[in-house]
Amino acid sequence: MSTDSTISRRTLFMKMGILFNGLVATAVAVPIIRFLLAPITRGRANGYLSWVSLGSISQFPEGETRLATFQNPYVTPTDGKTADTACWVRRVEGQQFQIFAINCAHLGCPVRWFPQSGLFMCPCHGGAYYQDGSRASGPPERGLFEYPHTIRDGLVMIQAGELATPGSPTASLFGKKSPCA
Amino acid sequence: MRLIAQIGEWLDRRLQLAAPIREISEHPVPKNTASWWYVFGSAALVVFLLQLVTGIMLAFVYVPSASEAWNSLQSLNHDITLGWFIRALHGWGSNFMVAIVLIHMVQVFLFGAYKFPRELTWVVGVFLLLMTMGMAFTGQVLRFDQDAYWGLGIGASIASRVPFLGSDIVKLMLGGPIIAGATLSRFFALHVFVIPGMLIAFVGVHLLLVLKLGINEWPMPGRLVKKATYESEYRELTHKDGAPFVPYAVWKDLFFAAFILLAVAACAVFFGPFGPTGQPDPTIIQTAPRPDYFFLWLYAVLSFLPPSMETPALLIGPVIAIGALLLLPFLSGEGEKSWRRRPIAVLTILLIAVTLATFTHLAGYTPWSPHMNAWSSDPIPARFLQHRTALERQGALVFQAKQCHNCHALGREGGQRGPALDTVAVQLTQDQLIRQVIQGGGNMPAYGKNLSPAETTALVAFLQTLHPAGQAPARDASRAIALGKSGEN
Repeated sequence: MSTDSTISRRTLFMKMGILFNGLVATAVAVPIIRFLLAPITRGRANGYLSWVSLGSISQFPEGETRLATFQNPYVTPTDGKTADTACWVRRVEGQQFQIFAINCAHLGCPVRWFPQSGLFMCPCHGGAYYQDGSRASGPPERGLFEYPHTIRDGLVMIQAGELATPGSPTASLFGKKSPCA
Repeated sequence: MRLIAQIGEWLDRRLQLAAPIREISEHPVPKNTASWWYVFGSAALVVFLLQLVTGIMLAFVYVPSASEAWNSLQSLNHDITLGWFIRALHGWGSNFMVAIVLIHMVQVFLFGAYKFPRELTWVVGVFLLLMTMGMAFTGQVLRFDQDAYWGLGIGASIASRVPFLGSDIVKLMLGGPIIAGATLSRFFALHVFVIPGMLIAFVGVHLLLVLKLGINEWPMPGRLVKKATYESEYRELTHKDGAPFVPYAVWKDLFFAAFILLAVAACAVFFGPFGPTGQPDPTIIQTAPRPDYFFLWLYAVLSFLPPSMETPALLIGPVIAIGALLLLPFLSGEGEKSWRRRPIAVLTILLIAVTLATFTHLAGYTPWSPHMNAWSSDPIPARFLQHRTALERQGALVFQAKQCHNCHALGREGGQRGPALDTVAVQLTQDQLIRQVIQGGGNMPAYGKNLSPAETTALVAFLQTLHPAGQAPARDASRAIALGKSGEN
């Protein structure tokens, strides 16, 4: 009898040990999971988007589309050149602008502007867009992504901070354009 | 010699490994499996070991920081003694590993080796294939150049199409809102710790299963696998017609492994390391990114899918493909093993091989992409300009200046996005040409807003000269009648 009770005592201790480890593991797992999800939660708490300047309005002649670059508002010390982003600025007339993400709406390759034919062309899969960013031909389902923008103290400001992909805020802030826009 | 034997004895008394190692190496295998068809698994393992060794060496120098990675690769290529060779070995080793793993898989499939009782060996093998592809992709990212940067952008664009969670998945993948320092750090961790760790564990299980269940016997047409009898039949085969793996079969593995290592080294010496291409600076947009060869087929598929099909194909296609591979041994776990009596299996392999090869070949010259510099660097061949009127030559200028040449070839020069225009005048009348230029359509942008009437007239006049000698351009007969003339207007 006494042997049996000793074994059950040992078994009990073993089970308590497993339970104890389980509790500690859960407690440790919480910060680990929070750490892993930080890229998502940080964006939700503070938002990655900020207003950044593309420079003076005078740099952008009316009726033309120019390449502009800006530093991403959210940077880390090891980003190097990758913190910089390019975008296409189209000054329609006066204070009326259209500012397009550099990324093709198909798979994100950098589109190039051809002023002579008034087209943006993508080198990857041949997507093409008209000067107002609407889809002209090729595999993209929609027009170019546009940044929200404003003119403040003579500076062209855009709200940026996230890679422009079909799922990003940049894509949803402006609705899809019809092919004939 | 005696001293070495004594040390060996001393060690084995404590480790007690000699007996199990002897047992493993001398385990009986069916004699006809000592074949050159059975060498690909061990070759994949040897190339994996090469990748481990060269990978560790590269990590001595490589700096996994977005601001320094490219410079550290330059330093490996140009400053450090034989750094270029180690990079080349690792790069070519990666190509060979993907190829050998695929060949191994095809051989295993055609020899019916995934059938009972080796279903788990196959399933583990499918995961090994996925991890190998994962290593290939993450490795391409570590070569942190323009292709790597924009390749990540393509990956992020695909991931962002997942309904509801797309944006979150992109941030998890990139480690933040953009492709930057955090992205490279996490791909480094995946490439150097996470996936190799899993690979080593899965390779261990894969090998253990091969040892426990025995190597697949040479498939004989008509010898069917039945769950009730297979194991006893296999045991009998290895006892009656078996031979110890070492040395009976192993010498072919050894020869082939050495040959493959030599081939990797030869490629490394003759062709050198891969890249890095331009700096990963997102503001340099004069780039045409493309993936490494094992993903080129996907790059091609993505240009051919209709826009509405793309997201479903990208998200559901891989699930179906991986699901089919995983389910294969459970749906077809018994029956015929020999490829001679499995025509559908052989045709499936041929179809997949031809499809992948065709797409890979197409991705080699990307006929779907505009030639971004054709308008300024590919002149119109002289024969299209001789004996032309001033108006027609003006049209040729419009053709260049408005980038028509980027998508349309003339005399094989220029882009292939749209049809070649060498004989366009035979196919379209003057009115049809004007309509096509102004309104576009059929995957061509409309140029109405960007061509003046004079430019359109000149361009169409030039296009109408593009017909073979002796063959008249297309014309609208009804128009001639309406105008009361027999010739062109």
